[in-house]
Amino acid sequence: MGKTAIRDHEPELWAHIGAWLRRLSPILAVGCLLLLWQFISERELISHILVPPPSAVYLAFVEALGDGRLPKHALVTLEEMLYGLLMGVGIGLAVGYAIAKLPLLEYILAPIIVGFQSTPIVAYAPLLVIWFGSGPTSKVVTTAVIVFFPSLVNTIVGIRGVSPNLRDMMRSLKAGRWQMFRHLEAPSALPVILAGLKTSTTLAVIGAVVGEFVSQGSGLGYLVTSARNLYDTPLVIVAVLTMTSISLSLYGLVSLVEWRFLVWQRRSNL
Amino acid sequence: MRLRLRELAVDFRGPDGSRLPALGPISFEVVTEEFVCVVGPSGCGKSTLIRALAGLQPPSSGQALCEGEVIDRPMQPFAIMFQDANLMPWRTVLDNIALPLEIAGISRAERYETVLNLLPQLHLERFALAYPAELSGGMSQRVALGRVIVQNPRVWLLDEPFGALDALTREKLSLELLRLRQRNVQTVIMVTHDISEAVLLADRVIVMSRRPGRLVADVRVDLPRPRLPDMIFDDKFLQLAKRVRADIESLGA
Repeated sequence: MGKTAIRDHEPELWAHIGAWLRRLSPILAVGCLLLLWQFISERELISHILVPPPSAVYLAFVEALGDGRLPKHALVTLEEMLYGLLMGVGIGLAVGYAIAKLPLLEYILAPIIVGFQSTPIVAYAPLLVIWFGSGPTSKVVTTAVIVFFPSLVNTIVGIRGVSPNLRDMMRSLKAGRWQMFRHLEAPSALPVILAGLKTSTTLAVIGAVVGEFVSQGSGLGYLVTSARNLYDTPLVIVAVLTMTSISLSLYGLVSLVEWRFLVWQRRSNL
Repeated sequence: MRLRLRELAVDFRGPDGSRLPALGPISFEVVTEEFVCVVGPSGCGKSTLIRALAGLQPPSSGQALCEGEVIDRPMQPFAIMFQDANLMPWRTVLDNIALPLEIAGISRAERYETVLNLLPQLHLERFALAYPAELSGGMSQRVALGRVIVQNPRVWLLDEPFGALDALTREKLSLELLRLRQRNVQTVIMVTHDISEAVLLADRVIVMSRRPGRLVADVRVDLPRPRLPDMIFDDKFLQLAKRVRADIESLGA
């Protein structure tokens, strides 16, 4: 299943080159984007104030790294993201499990949860600042709110997806509630929950940065606003790219966990 | 283990709230170390009967008793095997068979030792570390059978265990089932829709009616043991198989 049949007389060399091109194509796409950027700024098709050349961005990166501003603000944002993830995903798992077990709870909570989810976070982030102060807490809470939903939904889907036949089998083995969770529900829901965690990690940076936009002080969001006020476009770009790399790294970390724990799925798809 | 069904009946609730009788009332007894096969038309409540004995399905009326004790929850002497292997896809063969021991709180070293000793009897010794998705249907059912044997139950409850397999694999596995049982004779109650399989394996064949399943016939199979595959050509076997077939056909098409 899912395998392409080998056609007769297919030149092997071309097949190899094709496979490599396929593998390299995402990297080539990034390369093309960088070239286009270089080209635009070299010819000064657009003013350097709007689109600074990559070299200027690189210099800004080295400078911000050297004087400690970049690591300081990046660390602040990372910390907010991690605490926010911990809180939002944790609550999402707990509430999701409860809802999966008690459908009545879903009926009761659905309007509140869906209402929260369909309101733009930027709109009520100022409220969170009013409630939780302008310190890191409000940013952690903003992050938690935004990562809560994917974690919740995937937990519900994961736990409801547990095979009823396997439940019967576990019952026949006289498994207790905890054993049912530990040996059946948790491992069975894990792939879906990890998929939700991937979504959550990419959303976490939005939560943290929105929080930092609303209440100034520190973090990459603050770095963006303060650099913009000085028309320091290279530094804005540095800050933005740093957010991207933090987000991608966390995503990669979860993918690694997935790769490590879901050996059985890889083996099953062979 | 002596089992007794006393006017056991199970009703399900229809989508409109009405009562849908699924099984019985049905009464019969099974004596210690007897091998009973239950046959009947599909949907007659055979699986419900097994589930009630396993303590997974509370009866609507009547009782199932094990040594005089009412079965109202999964009980120690029973182990059940389903039509689907019901393996955990994230566990290896070894860990799937060891699951009941893990639930019972037996140490890892001890449960692996037990399972590794059992694997050769199931012809699974080369697959200890394979995952269920890598196994054929027949092998998956061997793993499921291993998971029953490892519980060391006094009663095996088998719900069409080989129903989803091809005819050859099925015959092979049913004879292996007898061989494995002989090492440690247990009471067996097995649901099947295959008359030959029932007569070849059982001491008694119970024929159930259409839904809600009641007892229509109770046929004693006095073929000698050990049972061999060639017995299906014996006159005696054929007579018994015909008799069971007639009982089923008497229910109407």
